[in-house]
Amino acid sequence: MMIDTRAIGGCDPNAAICARNISRDFQTGQQTQRVLHNIDVDIEPGKMTYLVGESGSGKTTLISIMCGILYPTEGDVRVFGTEIYDLEDTKLVNFRLDNIGFIFQQYNLIPSIDAASNAAVPLIARGEDRHKAREKAVAMLEKLNIGDQAGKLPNQLSGGQQQRVAIARALVHEPRLVVCDEPTAALDATSGRRVMDLLREVAVSEDRACIIVTHDNRIFDLADRILVLEDGRITHDGTEMPKDH
Amino acid sequence: MLWIAIRMLTGDKTKFYGLLFGIAFSTLLITQQLTIFVNLIERGASGVYNEPNAQVWVMDPVSRTTDVNYALPATALDQVRAVPGVEWAVPHLRSVASVRTREGELEQVAIIGVDDTTLIGLPKSLFKGSRSVLSEPDAVIIDDGGTINMFGAGFDPVDERLELNDQRAVILGMADTIPAFTSTAVLYTKYSRALNFVPGTRNRMSFVLVGITEGETPEAVAQRIEAQTGLKAETREEFARAGVNFIIQNTGIPINFGITVILGFVVGVAIVGLTFSLFIRDNIKQFGALKAIGVSNAKIRRMVVAQASLVGFIGYALGVLGTVWFMWSFSGNPFFKGFYIPWQIPLISMVAVVIILAITGWLSLRSVLKTEPAAVFR
Repeated sequence: MMIDTRAIGGCDPNAAICARNISRDFQTGQQTQRVLHNIDVDIEPGKMTYLVGESGSGKTTLISIMCGILYPTEGDVRVFGTEIYDLEDTKLVNFRLDNIGFIFQQYNLIPSIDAASNAAVPLIARGEDRHKAREKAVAMLEKLNIGDQAGKLPNQLSGGQQQRVAIARALVHEPRLVVCDEPTAALDATSGRRVMDLLREVAVSEDRACIIVTHDNRIFDLADRILVLEDGRITHDGTEMPKDH
Repeated sequence: MLWIAIRMLTGDKTKFYGLLFGIAFSTLLITQQLTIFVNLIERGASGVYNEPNAQVWVMDPVSRTTDVNYALPATALDQVRAVPGVEWAVPHLRSVASVRTREGELEQVAIIGVDDTTLIGLPKSLFKGSRSVLSEPDAVIIDDGGTINMFGAGFDPVDERLELNDQRAVILGMADTIPAFTSTAVLYTKYSRALNFVPGTRNRMSFVLVGITEGETPEAVAQRIEAQTGLKAETREEFARAGVNFIIQNTGIPINFGITVILGFVVGVAIVGLTFSLFIRDNIKQFGALKAIGVSNAKIRRMVVAQASLVGFIGYALGVLGTVWFMWSFSGNPFFKGFYIPWQIPLISMVAVVIILAITGWLSLRSVLKTEPAAVFR
């Protein structure tokens, strides 16, 4: 199903993310290259939304803008009712800390602290007591079935276990938006589906939105909604991938 | 977050030890070299410090230090004694002589002639013998450093006979002194005997040593002596400083030590800068992730400052301890006799360490602060 997302009007008050007229330019030498073109999109809570596209389609740029880590050249982004790019820098940073959980493709765990401390980073960054933060992190790791690995350093864990630690870090502070970058890129099909099942179990809830950036067609059937990005424009918005992809 | 910063730093043991080594080595080099420099140039004042009684030194206007002096006429002594505020004034001779040891070796020695009756001019304490031994015929007292230089460590020089400028001299005591800037042996003897040991020009009195009456200040008395006699008079502190300044102005020591100290600083910047940059570069993804998660630049700055402070504190402590160990382990060496670490030097090293860490930390921090959080998605 092809829809014209630009036709969407005002923000749905229940939308987790409401992005309007988003454009982003990058400077390459003397030239300015526009990688996103006037994108309008709403992300609803309670759903696992996939942002799909080829390399260079602009999905990383769009997700970065939607979660408040990259300023758009034009347009506004409202996350849970807050115009995030109207916030001062410090408030925007705090907003991310309070409301967004990140799962990075390469996990980016701190190698010299154990799994529980890694998972506790957002709580520690908020200023919570380190020991209490660690207790909460261990509880989250137990929920993800790796509670027994809490005291191990990242290099003592398998890739799958490291990813669970990264998931725990993204969820430990109970954010309302979870952003996940290529979670299955380095996994075989079975492991990839297991991770997605796990994410659906722990990351998706009534009041939480979950956006997955991926180009892994093995997991498209697990999405509640798929947004396809091509050349900086949303060309598809539906529950399934279009037939021609 | 500071705990995480410290764990990030100490977790990478190779770089952590590299940073510690850089700071410790820099601190050691700066502290140790400055300590040796200060102690060495202070030896330019050892001639003054070894004489405990004189509050004012009177000399010919062209004299500059205890060793660089021009002889006074004998009448100068009475002129000085006539100045109000002078409690006592005694003659003091400083010269050089050649000595032939029992083994037949030739040495250059310094001869110091002290007042015949009061023995003012002698060092405060003696390792061997007593001040009264100078009443014995041909008696001289040798300094401890000179004993080692002339006879070797552990040698008892008492009763040792010398041929001093073709005259007989007998060592009957050994003085505890601050070594001179040069390693020349020093022989103390009575003034009248020194005149015989060092024959020469009509005027041979090098200095008049002065004690002041109660209620006077050395500065006031020195000024009065200069005004009344036309001679140069300096207080103990002024004359000691003149000896130090003479070495600073007339030797390459400050430049040589200065170069080493600068090298210590540069080596510190290089080692710490490179290692710190490598550490930051290796952790740039983690820092980027922290920024994306919601750790502010201010917190990142504090994290880097905490890392630099830890490295600085431990490295500096190791460097200073290294210097203390060096000084302690060489304290038995006569060259290092009386060496101490002035409190200002560790302070200077600390400032150098802070500057090294500020420069390297700032350079490393720039790359962290420049990192866009969005980079973690790339």
